[in-house]
Formats: sequence, structure tokens, C-alpha cells
Amino acid sequence: VSTHATSSTPLHRTPLYDEHVRLGGRLVPFAGWEMPVQYKGVTEEHRAVRTAAGLFDVSHMGEMILAGEYAAQVVNYLITNDAGKLVDGQALYTCACNEAGMILDDLIVYRIEAKRWLIVCNASNRDKMVAHFRAAADNHCSFEDASDQTALIALQGPKAMAIAALAGPEGAALAELANFHFRDAALAGVPCTAARTGYTGEDGVEIFCSPSDAPRLWRSLLDLGAPLGIEPAGLGARDTLRLEARLSLYGNDIDETTNPIEAGLGWVVKMNKGDFVGREAIERIKQAGPVRKLVGFEMTGRGIARHGYPLLDKQGVKVGVCTSGSPGPTVGKNIGLGYLPVSMSELGTQFLVDCRGRTVEAAVVKVPFYKRA
Amino acid sequence: VTQPPEPSTRRPQIVEKHEEAKKEDHMASEEVLADRRYTKDHEWAKFDNGEVLVGITAYAVDQLGDITLVNIDVKPGETLTAGKAFGTIESVKTLSDLFAPVSGKVARVNAALENSPELVNDDCYGKAWMIAVVPSDAAELEALLEAGAYTDFLKTATH
Repeated sequence: VSTHATSSTPLHRTPLYDEHVRLGGRLVPFAGWEMPVQYKGVTEEHRAVRTAAGLFDVSHMGEMILAGEYAAQVVNYLITNDAGKLVDGQALYTCACNEAGMILDDLIVYRIEAKRWLIVCNASNRDKMVAHFRAAADNHCSFEDASDQTALIALQGPKAMAIAALAGPEGAALAELANFHFRDAALAGVPCTAARTGYTGEDGVEIFCSPSDAPRLWRSLLDLGAPLGIEPAGLGARDTLRLEARLSLYGNDIDETTNPIEAGLGWVVKMNKGDFVGREAIERIKQAGPVRKLVGFEMTGRGIARHGYPLLDKQGVKVGVCTSGSPGPTVGKNIGLGYLPVSMSELGTQFLVDCRGRTVEAAVVKVPFYKRA
Repeated sequence: VTQPPEPSTRRPQIVEKHEEAKKEDHMASEEVLADRRYTKDHEWAKFDNGEVLVGITAYAVDQLGDITLVNIDVKPGETLTAGKAFGTIESVKTLSDLFAPVSGKVARVNAALENSPELVNDDCYGKAWMIAVVPSDAAELEALLEAGAYTDFLKTATH
């Protein structure tokens, strides 16, 4: 068996690196970072998040701050969703596209104040998005890449808010915060900004704090949550959780060769908000109709689809590609996402996945694969 | 078909553990049995009753995590070449090839793994044998790593 991929490039470490080592996390290279893929095991961590709570280090993600009179216009011009509708303390999920309407990144945009905005981007896209936002901000508003001054910890699961409540009265008050809203809060004595967002399909918060405070907050949440079943969770569980919830992964399901319409992200494209980068191209795509769609599927035969596996019609002709695939520990099936021609995107459509030469039957199914009760 | 010689002295099973691993409480992942031989790809090969049983090591299982699928691509009667893939093993996160430690003719495949891949996590040196091969070259088995050499190899692989 081949078990290792090695990398010789020097890797960044998050402020929680020592915590991961102490917890026995298996560290792997990810987007230039040395990140824990798992601690006790992907399945166990996945189940902890679905039934109790999980704690994720996502400090590798990029944070940018745009501030000033025209910051809102700059932000709204670069994204497909409408930031103009946000109030202070509210965030939204969006794409940022290029002029061709292809996806540069998927982001969460936070309105701190009318004149102060936080953008969180994928770690793998940090350099690209920093350059993109910096260039657009030039002469219009201030720009800061705050990534190295920002740690980010995700507390997710049905017990997440109960654990936040154990971290103090301001933690308890977070339960009242609406989905995709955020506020400052002291958690276990650590000054933070907590947002009701996540990437698991569960309730929870994502917590920003300073890198120097991050280890203390991390340990406190694990200690406080221990009686409720919290587990540290790695990138492996993060991936299976987000896949079950049918949340896109940049670099897998979406990238600069995909547009929001075919990717099922039309709901974060607001054509009536005024001009934005990629608008004309997306208008044309919408008028012509997409040629392919990102569908959810389950393996009906014995096999696991993986990123990059060809999708075949019943005659064995390649018609698409799998963008994400793995066992779904909660749904109990091998599931995946992939692009198929629109004509094959209807629920129930049967097709084949070329699993390295072995063709395995699959069928288009309803997404999300998992939805919390 | 040349059969490799039986080991002249049957030693009791010795479980050797990697020193560092003891401290880190990862003992199970370093379990190496003295009654068989090993590849640097973390397969084991155990000569038994004219056949070489093949499986993967505890270290490999620990690296892979929860095993979700075992695909054996060869059938009884087919010829195997040492170093060539005879199947794949998949965990939640990854897919890995399974490499034949020796050449020969496939005698049996372990059908139990088809529906119970978790046997690999539970008992990688026992119930989760993958294929049984009638070896064609005794020298190939002899050339594989003995338990001690494999344990030493793991020390270099993990540091």
C-alpha cells in the first residue's frame, strides 16, 4: 500500500500547531499549511460533530479588511451576492468571479460597520484574492491582509451552543444570534468575534481571535466541552461533513473553469444589485442556459467516487467528472458531487463512475445528502 | 513451482514495538509480527502450508484510517507479479494500491472483505488476509524484510 505523499516546500503552521501535536493529530500538507487531517479518526470525528460537537482549526483561511467611505462599493463590485442588503454584524456567503464569470473563490463577507468589511477567503486562494481585493481597493478604500493576525476556530455540532454557553455569559448570548450574524464576545476570557456560520451542516459558531489567544481558547473549549462529547476534528471530517451538507469545496467542486450557475450557486448571484465583476458573462450564461450541472449522486454499485474520476453514460462514454466523493458516514452511503450534462442531471438518472478502470453504477440524488433535523 | 523453506525454528510470536510510539500511545499502529515478512509498501507475506498469505500491516492501517472498501482485482488461477498492484484499498479519505509482495499464482481471495472491509481495521494480521498466492520464486519471499528490519524501517519512515 502506498500511504504517503511527501512535500518538500516549507509549510506554514497555525497558532494551534502545538495543540494539534499534543492531541496526536496527523499533520499533512494542505494549501501550503501543515494541518491536522485527523486526530482519533475521520469517522469518529464526523460522528462527534453530528451528535455532539467538534472543534476545528481553520486559522489557515485568509482574512482581509477593507475600510473607508467606498469600502462597501468595492466589496460589492467584486462579489456576486448583494452585500448592500447586510446590516452591521451580518455576513453572507458569496462567489467572487472573474470577467468571464468563472469562480475565483467562494467567500464569506462580513459587514462590521457600513465602512468596515471583513472578507474570509480560502487558504489556497489567499495570494490571489489578496491581490484581487488590494487592486480593487487601490485609491478607493484601505486594504489590509489580516490573515497572519487572525486565528479562526470553528465550534460545530448540536452541542456547540451549549458549549459556547459554558464559556461565559457572552458565549451563552450567542445562541440568540441569528444565522450568519456575528458579534464580539469574550469566550473563556478571550476577546473574540463569533459568527453563526459553519461548514458542516450543523449548528455552531466560527470564532475569530488573536493568534496569541488561540491556544488558550482552543484548550478552554475542549475542556468545557469534554463532558458534552466535544472532539477536536481535522480536515478529513471537515470534508465528509461539508460533502454530506453539499457545501462546495473550492479547488474540487468549483474553480476558475466553473461558473456559479452550473455549480448550483445561482442563489448567490444577484443580477439586480448593479454592476459587478463577471456580471455580463453570467448574464450570457443564464440566457443560454448552462450546459452542465453540478449534481449530487450516490453510488448504487460497490465503489467510492473520488475527485477527478470520469462520469460515464450507460454506453460508457465520458460525459462528466466527479469533483468530490467519499463515504458519507452519517448518510451511510458512498456519495459524491460531479458535473453532468443538463440532460442527465435529473433526479434518479443512472450513470457510471470510472473508478480507476472499474465502472461502478451511480444515480443522481437529491441534495443536501444530509440535513439536520 | 518452487516452495520457500519453512523457517527452521518456530519462534513464538513476538510483538515488537517502536520505542517512540510507546511514548505517544500509538502502540497498536506499530505492531509487527515475527511470523511473517514485510514490504516497504507495508504489505505482509506469511508462508503457510504451501501458500503465501498477503495482507497489510498495522502501520498501514493506522495511516489509512477507517477502511471502507477493499477491491481485489485478481481471481484464483491468475498470475501475479511481485511489485504489481493486485487491488486497491480505500479509507474515508484515500485510495491506495495493494502491491503483491511475491510472484505466483493466486490460490484464493478473501471474499469476507467484500462486505466487511472493517475487518482490516479489526484484525489486519488475521481475518483480513487479502489473497493467498502459490509462490513461483522462493527467493522473492526470502528477500522481503524480516520483522526486525521492518520495525527499523518504520522508525525511519515515521521520523
